[in-house]
Amino acid sequence: MPVMTYREALNAALHEEFAHDERVLILGEEVALYQGAFKVTQGLLQKFGDRRVIDTPISEAGFVGMAIGAAMLGLRPIAEVMTFNFSILALDQMVNNAAKMYSMSGGQLHVPMVLRGPGGAAHQLASQHSQALEQQYAHIPGLKVVMPATPADAKGLLKSAIRDESPVVFIEGEALYPTKGEVPEGEYLIEIGKADLKRQGKDVTLICWSRMALVTLEAAALLEQEGIDAEVVDLRTVRPVDQEAILQSVRKTNRAVVVEEAWPWASVGGSIVDLIQREAFDDLDAPVLRINGIDAPMPYAKNLEHAMLPTPRSIAAAAKKVLYR
Amino acid sequence: MPTPILMPKLSDDMREGKILAWKKREGDAVESGEAIAEVETDKANLEVEAYSAGKLSKIIAPVGATVECGQPIAILLEEGEAEGEAAEAPAPAPAKKVAAPAQHAVPKEAAAPPDSQPAAAAVAPESAGAARQPGAKGVGAALAPAAEPAGGESVERVRASPLAKRMARVAELDLRSLEGSGPRGRVVKADVERAMASGEPRPAAAVASEKSPRVKSASQGLRDQLVPMSGMRRTIARRMAEAKPGAPHFYLTIDVEMTTALELRAQLNEQVAEEWGGKVSVNDLVLRAAALSLPRRPEVNASLAGESVQRHGAVHLGFAVSVEDGLLTPVIRDADRIPFSQLVKKARELAERARARKLKPDEYQGGTFTVSNLGMYGVTSFSAIINPGEAAILAVGAVGKRAVVSGDELRVGSVMTATLSGDHRIIDGALGAQLLQAFKALLEQPLRLLS
Repeated sequence: MPVMTYREALNAALHEEFAHDERVLILGEEVALYQGAFKVTQGLLQKFGDRRVIDTPISEAGFVGMAIGAAMLGLRPIAEVMTFNFSILALDQMVNNAAKMYSMSGGQLHVPMVLRGPGGAAHQLASQHSQALEQQYAHIPGLKVVMPATPADAKGLLKSAIRDESPVVFIEGEALYPTKGEVPEGEYLIEIGKADLKRQGKDVTLICWSRMALVTLEAAALLEQEGIDAEVVDLRTVRPVDQEAILQSVRKTNRAVVVEEAWPWASVGGSIVDLIQREAFDDLDAPVLRINGIDAPMPYAKNLEHAMLPTPRSIAAAAKKVLYR
Repeated sequence: MPTPILMPKLSDDMREGKILAWKKREGDAVESGEAIAEVETDKANLEVEAYSAGKLSKIIAPVGATVECGQPIAILLEEGEAEGEAAEAPAPAPAKKVAAPAQHAVPKEAAAPPDSQPAAAAVAPESAGAARQPGAKGVGAALAPAAEPAGGESVERVRASPLAKRMARVAELDLRSLEGSGPRGRVVKADVERAMASGEPRPAAAVASEKSPRVKSASQGLRDQLVPMSGMRRTIARRMAEAKPGAPHFYLTIDVEMTTALELRAQLNEQVAEEWGGKVSVNDLVLRAAALSLPRRPEVNASLAGESVQRHGAVHLGFAVSVEDGLLTPVIRDADRIPFSQLVKKARELAERARARKLKPDEYQGGTFTVSNLGMYGVTSFSAIINPGEAAILAVGAVGKRAVVSGDELRVGSVMTATLSGDHRIIDGALGAQLLQAFKALLEQPLRLLS
């Protein structure tokens, strides 16, 4: 299989979907002439023209609202936010329009749009630009929230997101753009809402998504050195969550650690623990633990930034704790 | 929350520990798994480790203090917690309430006295079928708190993970009979699995078997096996426990002629003792005979597990060693499978370490049968108390010259008297007698001991 970066895989998905369906268009800041702040839209303007690849003013509420309106009228728009930190400016559009139109119109209107861009901490971008905000969207019925960790997942899931009939919030890992991985040749789709076992194991279930999947795999490698066989469940979608995959794994290992870059309170990870304790209570041999980003705004300093985020070592320590080792 | 660090239960029968030394001072940072204090138990001096990282905020039990298992000895603050919380936290008090019942947990084997059992616990033999169904009486018995004692200050509560509870229910194990290895004595999956002993060979035994070609013949009939009690067996167990709380003992005594065994010992000491690094004692022969007789009557190599009998797949032979102020029972693992020369060496080493109080927990735990020998004191015969967790114990007296009648002839022979104490809940007299027969035969024709 060819190896490409996460960024290239996303770019390939966009090129394929633009070619596949002429209703697909993209709009956002710097997506056209500059070819994307992170170069995810590279080559689209040249190939598909300025009617489908549209630079907008700096107004998230404006262009996200335009995308929602275009979707209601039958197009397949993609709104790119430069980072998800700025998507908060368009939260009203997503929560009150994108998520609600289908039910409020009694099914007459639906909103097949994608809101995409990078999220999570990257490198020394400080508190306002280093946030994992998926819980803001995962909380809302009517939205789907997809967070791939690898180039292959990114490509297959972005294509599915563009073809989906519902509004899909597609959060890319800002620190993942240069990471590489094998990507299957030819066209393929990955179903939204399906987790992926990134590593099979029997001793403990580590649940994660987005960049944390890579950190968790490193933790699993550390644990392997100590004779602990960890199973890594990459959710890939945090709404709707693949409950069956989580429960199946926990029923096998009897213990779980949920790894999440976001802050601990009122987050996706808390809801996963709720699911596990309700549906797999009699299978648990230890309390489910969580490893999160520290509950504070992200500092700028490099050493402090590192100390804020889950690490292979902190994840491995939690895994050992639930194993009573 | 500030976390109390509790006096851990470091061995099966540890009730309390004495703080010998603190390895950390108040205010010191502590890593998870790091030794923070040294504790003297009735068996050995052991280290107490921290369960999680943080800061040792307060030492409750000073050096020299004796603290019951489960009671707080210090307070740990996890990262980011303020001192103030510790000061306000009534940590020791709730810890006391919570932890105290755990140590009331009935020790392995000993059932609670009949009058403190909930009604559901008394399962009559005729309701055996009902008790087997999940959710039936047996379950209630395993999980229900015992009736409140007269004082009314504590209710017995078993800490167990949900999974451990479910597994125990399915296997009909009494959770109270299990030793919890998790935090604060929580019974976890591994504890239940240990009790259920899957029937797979133990790694130690597997290694030994590769080395010893005689394993198969020596270990016939031995395997890990959980045998549910029949209705009759349960009635016997209940009635015997009523008659004598704890393990209802019965005693069987047999004389063993040791003339040939003593000759063999003399030859061994003349010819191979140097090679083996020390002399062979009468006790070594006795230990070997006991170890080899158990595979012939595997029912005796067992312990009680709720309403089942746990048969053990390996013979781990304990032997009583007198030490200052008491006694210890070091355990020779796979005493029937290892070569005799190794048993002799192991017995000597373990006895020395026991006297020096240097035994590690795995060197005195996990025994399946015990031999106690008071022959060196000139005691001719005695009855021993069964080690909780085992089905029988063999008490051995001195070898002495006595008149022996063989046929119509009277002659002088060397004779030893051995008394088996059996737990009548688990085994009956005839079984014990058969074990003694095998033991006697092995010592009277002792060449087989050398395998």
